[in-house]
Amino acid sequence: MQVYRHRLITRIWHWINALAVLVMIPSGLMIFNAHPRLYWGNYGANFDQAWLKLPQWPGWLTLPSTYDLAGARHWHLFFALVLAFSLLVYLLWSLANRHLQRDLRIRRAELNAAHVVGDLEAHWQMRFHDPADPRAYNLFQKLSYALVLFVLLPLLILTGLALAPAMWPWIADMFGGRQSARSLHFIAMALTSGFVVVHLTLVILAGPINEVRSMITGWWKLPEGEPAE
Amino acid sequence: MITRRNLIVTGGATLLAGCDAWSNSPILLSAEEANRYLQRSVTGRAALAREFRPDQRSPRFRTNGTANPNTPEYNALAANGFADWRLQVGGMVQRPLSLSLAQLRALPQRAQITRHDCVEGWSAIGKWQGPQLEQVLRLAGLRDGARYIVFHCADVFGQRKIPYYESIDLIDAFHPQTILAWSMNDTPLGVGHGAPLRLRVERQLGYKHAKYVMRIEAVASLDGIGRGKGGFWEDIAGYEWYAGI
Repeated sequence: MQVYRHRLITRIWHWINALAVLVMIPSGLMIFNAHPRLYWGNYGANFDQAWLKLPQWPGWLTLPSTYDLAGARHWHLFFALVLAFSLLVYLLWSLANRHLQRDLRIRRAELNAAHVVGDLEAHWQMRFHDPADPRAYNLFQKLSYALVLFVLLPLLILTGLALAPAMWPWIADMFGGRQSARSLHFIAMALTSGFVVVHLTLVILAGPINEVRSMITGWWKLPEGEPAE
Repeated sequence: MITRRNLIVTGGATLLAGCDAWSNSPILLSAEEANRYLQRSVTGRAALAREFRPDQRSPRFRTNGTANPNTPEYNALAANGFADWRLQVGGMVQRPLSLSLAQLRALPQRAQITRHDCVEGWSAIGKWQGPQLEQVLRLAGLRDGARYIVFHCADVFGQRKIPYYESIDLIDAFHPQTILAWSMNDTPLGVGHGAPLRLRVERQLGYKHAKYVMRIEAVASLDGIGRGKGGFWEDIAGYEWYAGI
């Protein structure tokens, strides 16, 4: 049995965004290598107090793979536009087609303690869907997708814009100054990387061929012995 | 023997090397124009960069790029406090100028406490003072067809001793915060920060803020400047000419 799980716009956005994130993180790490220190406030340079000092990221994690700040900026500032505008279109579209309201809205019943514990147990036993409604996202899926869509990606875009000297100064002010925005940009990147790792792990645990195929064709095969509806 | 691990490692390395080669592809480079267009569309041409209070300044403002041009010509000028230094203003202007520091100080001044953002990621806040570039350009009178202002500097790079150069368009040249600073934090500009005169173009990254400015040239096109991309780092390393992001 198969169910139609992901609409075309969701699938297109998913892969555009996956490519953008795949470029943004390594090129961002290369940009970070130019000054691997983070500060809070409006200013921050070598003589100022850094809250985080890291060694250079290794070449296999950066884009380009050898030190090239100009090249990394070319990648980063092109795919920044791809990431930002594709997210904008996707979110507006998903509001209009009610994907967000229907699939990501967390119902009150999902938040009671018994349900949360039940979902946790189900995850632990590697059951990731509700047999009664296999198409629906479980609570942790909703929370993590909402975190990425409404918090992390918008935060990455806004803190990125805050770094641009030509942009409206209030964007940097909103985050407590340009260097604070740069720190938050880095933290949001780290959390997004964490999401990517967990997401890929769960795709593998849930059955990678079925999961990837569903994000390409839209059709998701129900696990054995489960009724379709 | 081709193992799966080898295949993955070799394949991965090939992919990465391929990506490195695309770093200067025209598609990626098109983002510079797009970002410039978008930023200027949403913020407006005369929108101001943030200005700060005196107590918000960096305790210590690091130097960057050249710390001292250290050429015989520069050292001679520095030896008597730049009394013999003159700013040449030429190219597509009606009245070429040769201005002393005293003349620049006698023009109407603008002082601003702004944030200097390096392309590397760090920021420092300092106070800058000098005449607006607009004042100097009005004295010289731009000729029709002038589209860019080029800054020729005293510091030299590499074995071929290429003098630093940078350029901005007229939107930034006539921006109220674009000044020719001879003072930093209420004292004459030090050698490390570009004495006797540096450009401040506050809505762009640090490498646009040419130090040790000797000559200002109005041009119709950047084709004849360096290798044609409008600035030293643009030509040498591929940095964006528009550095608003």
